[in-house]
Amino acid sequence: MKFLDEYRDEAAARKLVRAIEDVATRSWTIMEVCGGQTHTIVKYGIDELLPQGIELVHGPGCPVCVTALETIDRAHAIASRSDVIFCSFGDMLRVPGSAGDLLQLKSHGSDVRVVYSPLDAVAIAAAHPGKQVAFFAIGFETTAPPNAMAVWMAARRGLTNFSVLVSHVLVPPAMTAILEAPDNRVQAFLGPGHVCTVVGYEEYEPLASKYRVPIVITGFEPVDMLEGLLLAIRQLEERRAEVENAYGRAVRREGNPASRALIDEVFEVCDRKWRGVGNIPRSGLRLTPAYATFDAEQRFAVSAIETQGLQRGRPSPISSGPARSRLHSTIASCSATAAVVACRLI
Amino acid sequence: MIHHLFLPVLGNEILSRLEDQASCSLRPHAEATLAFTTDSFVVRPIFFPGGDIGKLAVYGTVNDLAMGGATPLFLSAAFILEEGLPIDDLRRVVVSMREACDAAAVTLVTGDTKVVDRGKGDQIFITTSGVGFVPAGRSLSAASCRAGDRIILSGTIGDHGIAIMSVRENLEFETTLESDTAALADLTRVMLEVCPGIRCMRDPTRGGVSSALHEIAAASHVGMSLSETAIPVRAEVSGACEILGLDPLYVANEGKLIAIVPRDEADRVIEVMRAHPLGARAAVVGEVVDEHRGMVVMRSRVGGERVVTMLAGEQLPRIC
Repeated sequence: MKFLDEYRDEAAARKLVRAIEDVATRSWTIMEVCGGQTHTIVKYGIDELLPQGIELVHGPGCPVCVTALETIDRAHAIASRSDVIFCSFGDMLRVPGSAGDLLQLKSHGSDVRVVYSPLDAVAIAAAHPGKQVAFFAIGFETTAPPNAMAVWMAARRGLTNFSVLVSHVLVPPAMTAILEAPDNRVQAFLGPGHVCTVVGYEEYEPLASKYRVPIVITGFEPVDMLEGLLLAIRQLEERRAEVENAYGRAVRREGNPASRALIDEVFEVCDRKWRGVGNIPRSGLRLTPAYATFDAEQRFAVSAIETQGLQRGRPSPISSGPARSRLHSTIASCSATAAVVACRLI
Repeated sequence: MIHHLFLPVLGNEILSRLEDQASCSLRPHAEATLAFTTDSFVVRPIFFPGGDIGKLAVYGTVNDLAMGGATPLFLSAAFILEEGLPIDDLRRVVVSMREACDAAAVTLVTGDTKVVDRGKGDQIFITTSGVGFVPAGRSLSAASCRAGDRIILSGTIGDHGIAIMSVRENLEFETTLESDTAALADLTRVMLEVCPGIRCMRDPTRGGVSSALHEIAAASHVGMSLSETAIPVRAEVSGACEILGLDPLYVANEGKLIAIVPRDEADRVIEVMRAHPLGARAAVVGEVVDEHRGMVVMRSRVGGERVVTMLAGEQLPRIC
């Protein structure tokens, strides 16, 4: 992992902090979009290094936290079945549904398994023809290609016992919702580096010009984050509002064409409900009709499960004040409770 | 579970201290204090690079005794075997336990074996209990740490947990990463010789360094302040943690210890540790502070600070 050390170097970080101090002449409020970026801020104490007046607000980009309560309840209904092996990314296991989390379900005897790759779930399906294997396909554009690949592979292998519970979300509609909120305070964005690795950043250019907001595509190491902040603050100070790519080692303007083609084959855009936010039009992905047979909601007839009362219907104002104590108590290990943060921040 | 179920029913003056071992006074029968502990071992795979479940079962219990400043003496071992376990595998485990007992200078003096139906166990479960004695006048306790004390780690963290996970996830490195499984009683002996006033020691097994420090911080009503750059981590371990979405502070160790040592004696302790094969990479990684009591705070490598949170249950790989 030698290549990471230079992006965690204290001297390089200090140099960028000094440059930010030199450039910033007033207070600015900047949102980092990704949960992974928020994690880096907390893990390395980035917010403490910044000059007074530079406020970071934490964005909606944690797919684990924004997965709708009713989707989690549907997952539980599927995972509780004795004929099902339910596969999920690790950090979904602690996210609470209406009646506990997937870890509790596992402790009560359900077959819930953590996989690192959706393709592992396909392999489990192939190895257990007598069982139904359902994979919890969550995530932003970043996990869409591997999740699409799992469905594509299952189709190619003719697996009839594999399905996916899809709860994919998209970043640009969420950013639009934030910018449209009447009490929005966000003046610039650190854009989602990994999302843009897949889909590129063309889609962000109209946002930057329409809302006059700088968007700097940013990576996830401390030096990446500080560089993203420097570029964003420089744009704000110079009254520019452009999309800049500060994550050139991973992101191209057009993204990864092969991944985009695969996403387009397997998924189509749909409306999606976000936990703590509510419904955002055209902010999600669902399976295309050609792959509808892999839809776990249909296969296990769980679409009727709706959750009343706990969703917030309307974007709420971004909370003000120092974010640090709240961050420490809620996001540090992300997962379940961080849903609360997403609620507060959009 | 411990606080809500076991302690309310079974708690007593000794159990409720929740140290790694029970220190039971033998007075008026004898001057020394009896140290007593028990631990169960379930691990998959049962053979892994650098060790196996048998070695783990001996060293784990020996280490729990050693952390209390005890000289480990006698062990018991109870085996739960799943029907179908190859006898050759069992023999390998038992031979390994014998070697481990010899290396740790303890004697296995009693045992038990049960066989359960296939599917009712997972190859082999081992429970070991151990007794040792603590010399009169020695008393180590997680509740005795004070601001200014130094936090010492005996070596690189996360080796055991990542060795196990790399086998489970088929991760390959240029060199084979081995578990650090080892008996620490000889290391603690030399440490206590030069510094009888060591406040407390813990072997950061499940839950890793973070959990052990949280327990000490809570018991002593103090804060723990760490420096990320001072914590020794092998390149393979930090690389694997990046890939797996894990934090080495929460990954298990089986041959490392944390010692809380009075400030003025830290240099002397480090010196004898580094002269010992199990402490070659020992380092002061932080200090005990009056601020943020009950919390562990770490200065990151880029200069900011973060709260190292207490792990609730198993560490789960992050996608976010």
